[in-house]
Amino acid sequence: MGAGLYTPSFFGSLWRTHSRSAAIVLGTLIYALTAAAAVRAADPIKVGILHSLSGTMAISETSLKDVALMTIEEINDNGGLLGRKIEPVVVDPASDWPLFAEKARGLIQQEKVAVVFGCWTSVSRKSVLPVFEELNGLLFYPVQYEGEESSYNVFYTGAAPNQQAIPAVEYLMSEDGGGAERFVLLGTDYVYPRTTNKILNYFLESKGVAKKDIMELYTPFGHSDYQTIVADIKKFAAGKPTAVVSTINGDSNVPFYKELANQGLKAEDIPVIAFSVGEEELRGIDTKPLVGHLAAWNYFMSVDTPENKEFVAKWNAYVKKHNLPGGAKRVTNDPMEATYIGIKMWAQAVEQAGTTDVDAVRQAVGGQVVRAPSGFDITMDAKNHHLHKPVLIAEVQADGQFDIVWNTEGPVRAQAWSPFIPDSAKKVADWTYPWVCGNCTEPRF
Amino acid sequence: MQMIVEILPWRWALGFILGAALGMWMAPAGASDLQSALAGLGAKRRSDIKQAVVALGTLNDPAALPALEALRDRRLRVDETGHIYISSEAGDTFSPALGGGPVAVDVGQLRTPRINNVVRRSLRVVIAQLQLHSSHAGVRLAAAQELNKQPRPTLLADLRIAFDKENDPAVRNALAVGLAQMQLQSEDAQERLAAIAMIRDSGNLGLKSQLEALLAKNEDGSFVEAEAAVREAAGNALESFERTQFLINTAGNVFYGMSLGSVLLLAALGLGITFGLMGVINMAHGEMLMLGAYATYVVQGFFLESLPNFFDWYLVVAIPAAFGVCLLVGMILERGIIRFLYGRPLETLLATWGISLVLIQTVRLLFGAQNVQVANPAWLSGGIEVLYGVVLPYSRIAIIVFVALVVGLVWIILQWTRLGLQVRAVTQNRPMAACMGISAARVDMWTFGLGSGIAGLGGVALSQIGNVGPELGRLYIVDSFMVVVLGGVGSIVGTVVGALGLGLVNKLLEPISGAVLGKIGVLIFVVLFIQRRPQGLFALKGRMAEG
Repeated sequence: MGAGLYTPSFFGSLWRTHSRSAAIVLGTLIYALTAAAAVRAADPIKVGILHSLSGTMAISETSLKDVALMTIEEINDNGGLLGRKIEPVVVDPASDWPLFAEKARGLIQQEKVAVVFGCWTSVSRKSVLPVFEELNGLLFYPVQYEGEESSYNVFYTGAAPNQQAIPAVEYLMSEDGGGAERFVLLGTDYVYPRTTNKILNYFLESKGVAKKDIMELYTPFGHSDYQTIVADIKKFAAGKPTAVVSTINGDSNVPFYKELANQGLKAEDIPVIAFSVGEEELRGIDTKPLVGHLAAWNYFMSVDTPENKEFVAKWNAYVKKHNLPGGAKRVTNDPMEATYIGIKMWAQAVEQAGTTDVDAVRQAVGGQVVRAPSGFDITMDAKNHHLHKPVLIAEVQADGQFDIVWNTEGPVRAQAWSPFIPDSAKKVADWTYPWVCGNCTEPRF
Repeated sequence: MQMIVEILPWRWALGFILGAALGMWMAPAGASDLQSALAGLGAKRRSDIKQAVVALGTLNDPAALPALEALRDRRLRVDETGHIYISSEAGDTFSPALGGGPVAVDVGQLRTPRINNVVRRSLRVVIAQLQLHSSHAGVRLAAAQELNKQPRPTLLADLRIAFDKENDPAVRNALAVGLAQMQLQSEDAQERLAAIAMIRDSGNLGLKSQLEALLAKNEDGSFVEAEAAVREAAGNALESFERTQFLINTAGNVFYGMSLGSVLLLAALGLGITFGLMGVINMAHGEMLMLGAYATYVVQGFFLESLPNFFDWYLVVAIPAAFGVCLLVGMILERGIIRFLYGRPLETLLATWGISLVLIQTVRLLFGAQNVQVANPAWLSGGIEVLYGVVLPYSRIAIIVFVALVVGLVWIILQWTRLGLQVRAVTQNRPMAACMGISAARVDMWTFGLGSGIAGLGGVALSQIGNVGPELGRLYIVDSFMVVVLGGVGSIVGTVVGALGLGLVNKLLEPISGAVLGKIGVLIFVVLFIQRRPQGLFALKGRMAEG
């Protein structure tokens, strides 16, 4: 046994008296250390992927899981992170909101994941939020949402209302957008559409739109009969230029758009702008009768930049390599881009922090910059945990793609708390000293 | 030749209008103006395209019509030198914008001008304006109606000229309405009164807001419209509009109710047989709908792969296929599981619930957990406008017709065939039927198969209007049971009335209370109704039942 090799000479006397037991202790210690190091080098970094792969939201969330796996594969192919591989742990919360919280707890406690990428609907995010805060987990949330929230444990890579909803409505009121004076706010009945429409109500009021010129309508998740609603929209629109703001989520969009087409509601007469409908949701719908209806996002597959060409090519190659369902018809969309940015940003932060420890990584994520497929350098705001993103508005084309008709010059900073809601106008989301708070009206320190 | 003869006087008339409107210093409209405006349609910037469209409207030359229509339909192409061509429907030949046969062009160099809603809005007006010169009365009528949607004082002169020249009474009428909404702004009170009468008689509800504007008040409280007689006429016209509107709304809601009811009926009819007639609490009924929808998907896939030319007719094959698959699955289930559970409702409930889970998981394994896409054939897309604002989509009409046929078929089978006679005998008095030599077990199998097969037909219909996924059945199982229980267990007539009634109540409630509360309202209504009348709408009388 070669324990003596490791023994410093000034321990000589000690060594002579207790050589036997010391050798055993040291040998064990050294063995344990080297073994631990060997294990650590081979031990992958686990990350959780929490997206519905069945149920009403599967239509939107499945491709987020796919693009997350693609990004992780890309990082692993380039040598992994801190010399370790990333191992994705995919779970299916099945569009069941309480199940999201259970699965999140499982990911953090049992699987001990370093970070979770997941959720689409705000109700699912609200459901996992207490879990992440209790267990000090880290969540990257990739979808546009209603704002009015900032958590120490969440990074929001989708748009806040001022990066999507507000510019979209301003566009509809502009001459290019048809000069709408009446608005139908149509959504699925849960927290995101309700809050967004609350903000829009205040916003429209500030723009001088009367209460009687705003109609708010809600349908349950999975609603499939939009006959009456489309007919009501037509009636409501008689007399003034009208636009529809749709916050319908999930597979209800398919019957909704089919009904729009069947009832001949033309975009020139009554444009419908959607906040949760992208290339993925329109896949498989005949979009010829829908040409001209709008969507507002921070990215479209049709964005003409070298970065996007590369992103789309990577995605197509991944789909082909893994023979994903849908094959050549698969598309990219905004939440997929946001997922991609989120994972890249987290990986950069881990490299910078040199560890996957949540507190260290959280400090490092703030201020990270990623060159996004949209062609801009996207920054994570260290203060409010939201991204600075460009805003794009586009019209549906006959081939299911979008043609961009309006965009901001560059990235816009997110406002976590809407200045249009009186109660939240004064609130500040700032996780840096001296605020260190997501919803305070004055600094805590 | 005939085209040119028709067009020439228009050019002169146009020159006259332009001269009057813009002053004599302006050069008369000529071919060069037309050509430069047409070239503008191929501009790169959308705002330039819009300006070109507006310019063509001012020129008012129908020769520009083909190019404008091509721009609207994305058939316009521009080459690198800025010449514009119109592509044929198939996209293989290209003709110059101002007529002439196809010419040879380098397809690789062609670009399609990109337009947006702003351009489309101006395009529509200009196309309608130019279509007023068409030689077809139908085209002129559609154009006049299009122009009536929004009053544009700038077009008044054009409308008047078109009106004076028009012979066709229907088109004259439409043009008169267009003129009337502009005359509302006239200085002469008599003319305004005549215009109101005209609008009232037209029954065009789109003009309601114009009348409302007449009744509005200024900020100081005085009326916008000074003449009391005019205000009164406008008020009366508005009232008559509101009555018409109410009738139309009611008619629309009744149709939507029937349409929703027919979907419910298709979903519930199979259950009306398996649960209603046989008394099996069949929790797997929804999955039969789902299997029917997936059978449609498979047939659709087969047509896409092998017979793309006949794709529009895939439903003709999908209907028997879905029926067959579900009939088979139903018979296997009955022979394999359910026949051991007759007379034990609790076990049946649990067993069929288990079957439904197995079926859902099987479909997930075979087709994936995501929704699959079932495309409508072309003849089921779109709809017809029967009344102002009430559009009947073809897919809904087809489902109403289809459900009528299926109900008729079920009725014929039950009332007029040997199987039907045996089914009725066995369900009414099982031991007696067996004594008469009927094989009760065989009849059970066929009845359950028939109920399942009809659920499969429901699945075909559901695949045309909603999403097809493994959980499709879950959405309809509660509604189906509600319909059968409401209608009265054991009565097919009850199922029909129950389904249509529920559809109607739902759709009449929806405009009042919204979709979410409407659904809750219907559930409360059914609960209260069942409390008052547990046997349902159509209770079976006689010795049957209870046994």
